[in-house]
Amino acid sequence: MADTTNLNDDSAQGPLGTETYEAEHVHQVYQEIAPHFSATRFKPWPIVEKFLKEMPTGSIGLDVGCGNGKYLTVNPNIYMIGSDRSSNLVQIAYDRKIHDSCVADGLSLPHPDGKLDFAISIAVIHHFSSPERRAEAIKAILATLNKQGRALIYVWALEQKNSRRGWDEGHNQDVWVPWVLSKQYTSKPNGGKGKKGNEQAEQAPKDASAQQGLANDDAETPNTEEAPKEAPKEVVYQRYYHLYRKGELETDIAAAGGVVLESGYEKDNWWAICGPK
Amino acid sequence: MKILTTNYITCAVKACKTSSNAFPLQFRDAELVQEELELNEEFIKNILPRIEWPALVQTAASLGFTTLPSTKPEGDLDEQMIKDLHTLLVETQVISGKLVCGNCQHEYNIHQGIANFLLPNHLV
Repeated sequence: MADTTNLNDDSAQGPLGTETYEAEHVHQVYQEIAPHFSATRFKPWPIVEKFLKEMPTGSIGLDVGCGNGKYLTVNPNIYMIGSDRSSNLVQIAYDRKIHDSCVADGLSLPHPDGKLDFAISIAVIHHFSSPERRAEAIKAILATLNKQGRALIYVWALEQKNSRRGWDEGHNQDVWVPWVLSKQYTSKPNGGKGKKGNEQAEQAPKDASAQQGLANDDAETPNTEEAPKEAPKEVVYQRYYHLYRKGELETDIAAAGGVVLESGYEKDNWWAICGPK
Repeated sequence: MKILTTNYITCAVKACKTSSNAFPLQFRDAELVQEELELNEEFIKNILPRIEWPALVQTAASLGFTTLPSTKPEGDLDEQMIKDLHTLLVETQVISGKLVCGNCQHEYNIHQGIANFLLPNHLV
């Protein structure tokens, strides 16, 4: 497993709370793990599915951080523009041949203000590495909505003591979460160009605890075509997450100038439906 | 990128969001493809009120579709109009080319159907 506890690596990188940091610990990782990650993402989460299915025919909205585009197929009677920072994931979303998808940054969305009926952003906001950037990301989504527009936001919860990771109240909220890329997904010898946790020590986020073992347990149970459990010479990538504690998502939405209409907890995640004030 | 999408896309540069020159983005060297999709009449009828018509007319004309009425059709749509809108909005895609902002002149590439709106550092 990855040794991520070595703090002596002085490799050039931005500090927490910067795009440079996220480029290394979020964007590059998803570029490298895209096909493997995608193979573990196929089942829509029930609350997201319900939110999309309840949209009236002809509603137009966004999936900000659409990943492999698994939510684009939920409701063919609406129109969705999926976007993601990872071009490799957008390629997978685009190949579904439904709705539309493009490459975009969550803080610089290419949409006019106040026009869309809905937006979803599922398991995305927790990858921004400061409270300001997380609120800004929510603000950017809210800005695209019309007055009646609604956004559904999902983030990973700190309180998940029954999950395999066992995080709970009081645990550090800024963590690295490993993704073990099986060998069948590494396109080049020794993996991709990204940093490899099992070959190269990395600097853990300041004030953060790196996780060891238990990789990929945010993945859904793989289907039968999935990777074998034991792959030789797997490559470990570390993704930055901010684990949300109870009430924090609502606070960020308020900081973004939004109104929370409904919120809750589902399977290790906090979610909220919100709209512009 | 489908033509319907262009009605909901503008420049990713924050300063351009409020500029009327930035919307719609303008196609350059656009290469089109058409893919037959099942017609969903109710969908077309329901999206029509949501369309910014002058922007659509402008985008369509720049791609060679010059038969759209200059004002948005009102009331019951005839069958031909529904078919034409379906063809233009969801069956037609720009598969390669550029989208250019009329305000800052920044060019966004479209490659194999996928537009890339990531900005260089100096524009963020």
